[in-house]
Amino acid sequence: MAATVIHAYYNDDDVLMHAVKRIKEAKHHIEEVYCPFPVHGLDKAMGLAPTRIAITSFMYGVLGLVVSIVMMNYIMIQDWPMDIGGKPSFTYIENMPAFVPIMFEMTVFFAAHLMVITFYLRSKLWPFKEAENPDIRTTDDHFVMEIEVHDNEAELKELLLDTGAVELNIIKTSH
Amino acid sequence: MYTFSNRLKIGSIILMALGLLGMGVGFISAPSTVEEAQSMVASHGDDHGGDAHSEVASHTDSAHAGDDHGTDHGEHLLHQLQNRPWSALYVAAFFFFMIALGVLAFYAIQRAAQAGWSPMLFRVMEGITAYIVPGGIILFVFFILSVMHFNHIFPWMDAEVVANDELLLGKKGYLNVSFFLIRAAIFLGGWILYREVSRRLSIAQDNADDYSNFKKNFRWSAGFLVFYLVTESIMSWDWIMSVDPHWFSTLFGWYVFASMIVSGITVISMIAIYLKSKGYLPDVNDSHIHDLAKYMFGFSIFWTYLWFGQFMLIWYANIPEEVTYFVTRIEDFKLPFFGMLALNFIFPVLVLMNSDYKRVNWFVIMTGLVILVGHYLDVFNMITPATVGDQWYIGLPEIGAFLFFAGLFIFWVFRALTKAPLQPTRNPFIEESRQFHY
Repeated sequence: MAATVIHAYYNDDDVLMHAVKRIKEAKHHIEEVYCPFPVHGLDKAMGLAPTRIAITSFMYGVLGLVVSIVMMNYIMIQDWPMDIGGKPSFTYIENMPAFVPIMFEMTVFFAAHLMVITFYLRSKLWPFKEAENPDIRTTDDHFVMEIEVHDNEAELKELLLDTGAVELNIIKTSH
Repeated sequence: MYTFSNRLKIGSIILMALGLLGMGVGFISAPSTVEEAQSMVASHGDDHGGDAHSEVASHTDSAHAGDDHGTDHGEHLLHQLQNRPWSALYVAAFFFFMIALGVLAFYAIQRAAQAGWSPMLFRVMEGITAYIVPGGIILFVFFILSVMHFNHIFPWMDAEVVANDELLLGKKGYLNVSFFLIRAAIFLGGWILYREVSRRLSIAQDNADDYSNFKKNFRWSAGFLVFYLVTESIMSWDWIMSVDPHWFSTLFGWYVFASMIVSGITVISMIAIYLKSKGYLPDVNDSHIHDLAKYMFGFSIFWTYLWFGQFMLIWYANIPEEVTYFVTRIEDFKLPFFGMLALNFIFPVLVLMNSDYKRVNWFVIMTGLVILVGHYLDVFNMITPATVGDQWYIGLPEIGAFLFFAGLFIFWVFRALTKAPLQPTRNPFIEESRQFHY
């Protein structure tokens, strides 16, 4: 983290989007933008790398499918075969239609839960974690853009105010 | 304005000619006497080894025992073989009609929902729905020929069969020839009426100086959707389920609808991509194709869900009168029955799952072709087991009928596309559609 950062406050998502685009054009590095709600297209405008969570979701889904197959095979075919509705469980494939809902549900269950857990781990979130947002107003009606300062404070301030920032704070961190 | 390129026009006419040839051969080579039919099956058995023949014979036994028709073996076989070219014609005619009807429903949904992304594609959809006029007339003529006993596609149309069948006697109040034709006329009339009215309002909106045509179109579309949901369901019982008049499934209407809408959306995206590749539709962007591909993906899964929902309940309950439907399909139609599952579900799911692939035009076209073949097989599996039974084969009559209706469909749809500018100009959402991005 840079020693000095500017926090620029915006109170409208459209203004923020235009500001992000202009600041990127001026070749400044935006560290982070804190928003009260997701802003569509902001990740692209900031130049963030596309998410890979969809790939993990697919892998977790496949894992869930495999787990369900192994599980149903163990429970219903090998360990304790049960005759339900005149359909004795001799082989997995013969009873497969009855297992399809479970295969589907387990696929969805694994994909959804493991994807959420992955997201938490990747974003370093856990229960009772202290919030990282710099200002409580970012949970209400303000957007905060965090930009590094490299001896260009005056020029940067002027640009930010020009893009519609409603408030500027200089934060010096000594560590 | 779009001009129908000569190459495409000649191509579609060649398809129709080849198709007519194939269908003609099918009708001429159908047997006219019991002896001919038996010798055809016998020679078929010799060609492919005795095994196939004995299987065929044993199945005819069981099918015969189940029917209470008082016909003997040979006559049953004769009817199956005589039905084959008719059945092939019916499957293909219905398949292409169903595409146009599915597009009409999708179009009405876009209108009624006042969707902002799709107006750029309205003229493509209107071009496709033009086919319900000739397609519907052909089907109606087919039904009249069936009523006049040119074929035995619908067993309940045979008075002698009904007289000896208690179940069919019980259904006589609904399943009778005149009521069937009246219903078909009302359905086709209603669908065609909406299509023509909506098309006219859509074109009138281009030169209007207010939004009254647009608003009227909205009301017509909402009304049509109510009419369509009821009539589509009844249509599926009448035109498809009644070929197996003892069997019934309560979600059959939805199942046919799923097949219809996924084929329809597939054709919209294929024609849109084709026109775009020729330089028309400059404002249709990747995001429009992406959205259509999402619908193809989603409705493929929806179709599978209904297919499986229908299958599993019947498989699990194992009630003889219901389960015969799937027994026939699994014993005699194993390849098309399970093959369509691979084409209609596994393939589109795996290919179209990745977000980026939905924007690659040739990916969408290739998947679309697979989906269309799969849904042709789906219709084939709905009709043929009841009409042709174990004598089915995908040969000249089937391919011929498919080519003929494909040619007619292409000819009619692209001719309709030339009649109006390909991009609407004064739709209130046109700018939103132009700017559409995902």
